[in-house]
Amino acid sequence: MAHPDTPHLDAFHADMAPTDAVPPTLPALVALALRPLPLAPLQPALALMLRRIGQCHPRLYGRLGEHASKRFGIDPTDLPFRFVLEPRPQRPSVRAVRSLPKGLDAQIRGPLSALIGMAEGSLDGDALFFSRMLVVEGDVEAVLALRNAIDDARLDLGALLFGGLGPLGRVLTEVLRRHRQPPADPLGARPPSGARPWN
Amino acid sequence: MELICPAGTRASLEAAVEAGADAIYCGFCDETNARNFPGLNFTREDMRAGIAFAHRHGVKVMVAINTFARAGALALWESAIDDAVEAGADALILADVATLDYAARRHPQQRLHVSVQAGAANPDAIRFYVESFGAQRVVLPRVLSVPEIAAIMRETTCETEVFVFGGLCVMEEGRCSLSSYATGKSPNMQGVCSPASHVAYKEQRGEVVSTLGGFTINRFAKDEPAGYPTLCKGRFSTPQGSGYIFEDPVSLDAATMLPALRAAGVTALKIEGRQRGRAYIAQVVRAFRRSLAALDAGMPAPAAGLAAMSEGQASTVGAYRKTWR
Repeated sequence: MAHPDTPHLDAFHADMAPTDAVPPTLPALVALALRPLPLAPLQPALALMLRRIGQCHPRLYGRLGEHASKRFGIDPTDLPFRFVLEPRPQRPSVRAVRSLPKGLDAQIRGPLSALIGMAEGSLDGDALFFSRMLVVEGDVEAVLALRNAIDDARLDLGALLFGGLGPLGRVLTEVLRRHRQPPADPLGARPPSGARPWN
Repeated sequence: MELICPAGTRASLEAAVEAGADAIYCGFCDETNARNFPGLNFTREDMRAGIAFAHRHGVKVMVAINTFARAGALALWESAIDDAVEAGADALILADVATLDYAARRHPQQRLHVSVQAGAANPDAIRFYVESFGAQRVVLPRVLSVPEIAAIMRETTCETEVFVFGGLCVMEEGRCSLSSYATGKSPNMQGVCSPASHVAYKEQRGEVVSTLGGFTINRFAKDEPAGYPTLCKGRFSTPQGSGYIFEDPVSLDAATMLPALRAAGVTALKIEGRQRGRAYIAQVVRAFRRSLAALDAGMPAPAAGLAAMSEGQASTVGAYRKTWR
């Protein structure tokens, strides 16, 4: 989808939260409850979301360039499963797995809300890295290309997941948007323990 | 004072416009600009559309073509200049005298700014760029105290632009070879300081070890705020001890210096970070827009709350208050 010439600035910046706020982690009990669930039912939703990203944001592949053929391991540290992403333009795939396989080109680790916030552009990847909430290993160039491509695409994961469900989809999208919003209170921010005067 | 904001993508450009930028600077996705990072920057089509978008909102766009041209490959830099002019750039930000000369001769009506990469840090250097190429603005290198900036302003009619937030270099802008030494790729000629292709991170028992071109740069303890994997901000072991030799991993934050910079006669304030996401751009631009509004109203600057955006989650006023020399 081309960038709209007529902008809806308020709309696409409405959920940009201050990044001083720490992305919430999933409660351990929720993660525990998710652990025995089968992963197979996740696949259709993941495939749908990836297909829609490809359809709605073809320019994303221009930014990914040669890195579109890489295999990325996405590891939400507060979930009992991970994802293997292969963003190839022709046959993109994302699979939920219990543990990441060997031989991946790159791995990105962090709390689910941080990964979603970065994917949707409400959180800055470098800031997450500085705060140590985000860990990157492997092909850093590929990760940067992926991050920049996604940041430019302005993904709305909720809309991509539930967009085909009409009014119900809009409700679900709004519920998801509210749930993933970091606390607005800056007092909830991580104390700048490492902050120190330089001079 | 104008607020000049970075953009590495169309989405970032639009975020900067919405957040209150007076002007945006950006570059093409090749080695002609000093932020030649993977997945970043503007195609020719992006540039035309981005400039058109900004102009519709009354915001200017400056195109950074601020690396030094390679011998035998000047055409790449010349075509970038031609295409930026054709796209409607309000100004070109140039560092190399070859590119300045080409732009001044080929596009005499085009507004030219001297990049920070040129390292023009005194009135004579600035006068050279003004008289030789008709440069109308110089981006001052981050080596000057506020009194030094004021002294320069007394001796030039050229507009000045200074950085007020973001990543810091080792005060050798346009001349630094640290990254070239470690990777064989030059920030000044290929636009890649600490290229991602040469960076590796390894997590070991909660510690993160960063390497550049095989050299260990840093080791961050568990929960210790991290910095970029640049040699200038690496920790080194020396006979005098271990630690940061060149500079700490901190970001510039000169919000408290705005009154002094205005009094010095500075024309424009620049935010670093074309490589950052649009969340950074929106938040930092908004914070400085609020600070400028408070300054205009004679009110104290509001707390910006930008610590989390800063490298190492720490900030400095750098050379502006030169107590560290």
